[in-house]
Amino acid sequence: MKKIINDPKNLLHELLEGFVFTHHDLVDRLDGTNVIHRKYRNEGKVALVSGGGSGHEPAHAGFVGKGMLAAAVLGEVFTSPTPDQIVEAIKTADQGAGVLLIVKNYSGDIMNFDMAKDLAELEGITVDHVVVGDDISIEDTGSVGKRGVAGTVLVHKILGAAAENGMNLTDLKNLGEKLVSNIATIGVSLSPATVPEVGKPGFTLAEDELEYGVGIHGEAGYRREKIKPSYEIAEELVTQLKNHFNWAQGERFGIFVNGLGATPPMEQYIFMNDVQKLLAQDEIQVVYTKVGSYMTAIDMAGVSLTLIKMEDDEWTKLLNEPVDTPTTF
Amino acid sequence: MLTVENTKQWLFTFADKIKENASYLSELDQEIGDGDHGSNMVRGVEAMEEKLNESDSSDVSEVFKTAAMSLLSKIGGASGPLYGSALIGMAKSAGEDDQDLATLLQAGLEGIQKRGQAEQGEKTLVDLWIPVIEAVQNNTLTKESVQKAVEQTKPLKATKGRASYYGERSIGHIDPGAASSGYLFEALLESGVVNG
Repeated sequence: MKKIINDPKNLLHELLEGFVFTHHDLVDRLDGTNVIHRKYRNEGKVALVSGGGSGHEPAHAGFVGKGMLAAAVLGEVFTSPTPDQIVEAIKTADQGAGVLLIVKNYSGDIMNFDMAKDLAELEGITVDHVVVGDDISIEDTGSVGKRGVAGTVLVHKILGAAAENGMNLTDLKNLGEKLVSNIATIGVSLSPATVPEVGKPGFTLAEDELEYGVGIHGEAGYRREKIKPSYEIAEELVTQLKNHFNWAQGERFGIFVNGLGATPPMEQYIFMNDVQKLLAQDEIQVVYTKVGSYMTAIDMAGVSLTLIKMEDDEWTKLLNEPVDTPTTF
Repeated sequence: MLTVENTKQWLFTFADKIKENASYLSELDQEIGDGDHGSNMVRGVEAMEEKLNESDSSDVSEVFKTAAMSLLSKIGGASGPLYGSALIGMAKSAGEDDQDLATLLQAGLEGIQKRGQAEQGEKTLVDLWIPVIEAVQNNTLTKESVQKAVEQTKPLKATKGRASYYGERSIGHIDPGAASSGYLFEALLESGVVNG
C-alpha cells in the first residue's frame, strides 16, 4: 500500500480538518463530531442531510453548501456514521421546516440513519428520508434492494435546488422517490480499492482484466473480461441501461460519467464520447451531461455510468441551477 | 444470576476477545464484505471498556445501557446498530423483575431482529443467537456449542447485509457478525455467568 496518510486511525479526523481548513468560507465542522455543515442558512426552508462512510470524496461533504446539502455526516472509511453523529447533523441543519435525509441503500446506513431519525423526532424535529438505490448491476439482490452509488449526487443536486426554492418536506420526499425510480447506474472496475486500515486491495483483478458491475466499496460485479477499448466497455454498460429503461427513440436522458478515483479525466471524456455515440444511434435526446470524479471508491480505477430519464423538464432546470459548494456540481 | 460485577466481567472479557481476534474478524469480512469488521468492533469495545470503567452503575440494566451506547456511537456500519439494539433490549429486560438469562438474551435477539429485519437462515448474527439461546435454555451451552453455531453459518447463503451482494459466492464462509457474537458468548462462559 502506497498512500499519503499518517496513522489510519486518525484518517477521518485529518481528512475533516484539511477539508474545513480549505473550504472555511463555505463550511464548518461541528465541534466534537464528524459533521460538516454549511455556514449559509435559509431559514424556513427544508434542510437536506446526507452522509455515509468516507472514501467517496468529494461525496458527500463536497456537496455541502447553498443549493445542495445543509450538512453531511462522515463515517470511518466505507463504514456508515453512527446515530449520535447523524442526530447532531440533523439538529444543526434544521432551518425550522424539517430535515430530509438522503441515504444510500446499504444495511448499515439504513439502520444508523433510521435510529437517528427516531432520536431527532424525539427532540421535536420533523425528519423524513429518501433511500437511493441506483446500481442495477445485480438483478438478484434479494430483500436488500439495489445499492446506492453515483446517482445519489444527482438526487442531492435536484432536491437541493428544489429545497432552496422552497419545496416542502413531503413534496421533496415524493420528488426524491420519483427521481430514484428514474436513475440507474452501472460501473466497471479496472483495479480494486485499498482501505487504509486493511492495507491490501479488497479484491484482485489480473493486470489485463476488468470487472463489470463492481460497487463503490468493491462489492463483486457480474462479469470479468479481458480489458477492451472504451467503445466496447460503453457498449456493455449502455446495453445494460437500455434493457433497464427499455427506452424509446426521442426520450430525454441526462448522462453522468463518474470516475471511481484512479481513472483520469482524459479517460472519462473518452468514455463519455462513446456513450453519447451509442445514445445517438438510438436517437435518445441528451438534455444534461456531467463528467468527473464525484462519487469515488478511494483509489479504484474505473468509471460508473449513470443515466437519468428526464420525466419532467423541471429536473433539467434544477440540475443546472447554480450552487455554492466546495465541489461544484 | 447476573450481577453488576459479573456482567461487567462478561463485557470486559468480550472486549478482550474482540481485540485478540480483530485480524481474524477482518479476514472473515474480507471474504464476503469489506474487511473492516475487526477494526470497527475494536473501536466499539475500547469505547465500551472506557465507559464501563468510568461508570459506577448500581444495576445490571445500567451496565448494559452504558455498553449499548458506547457500541452504538463507535462501531458504525451495520454492526453498531445491531449490537447497540441487542444491548438496549437486554438492558430493558434486565430492568424487569424476573431476571432470567435466556429471557434476557431473547430480548437482545429481538432487538437485533427488529433493527435488522433478518430471519433465521440469512447468514447474520441471528443464526448464532438463536442456537445459543436454545442452549442456554437447555443448560447445554459450552464453548464447543458456541463454536459449532459459528461454523454453521458457513453453508448459508447471505440474503441480508453486504454479504448478500455475493449471492451464491457467500456460501462456504463464516459470517463475521456471527463470529464476533460467538466471542460474546464464549466470554459469557468464561466470566462464570453460566457454567459450561
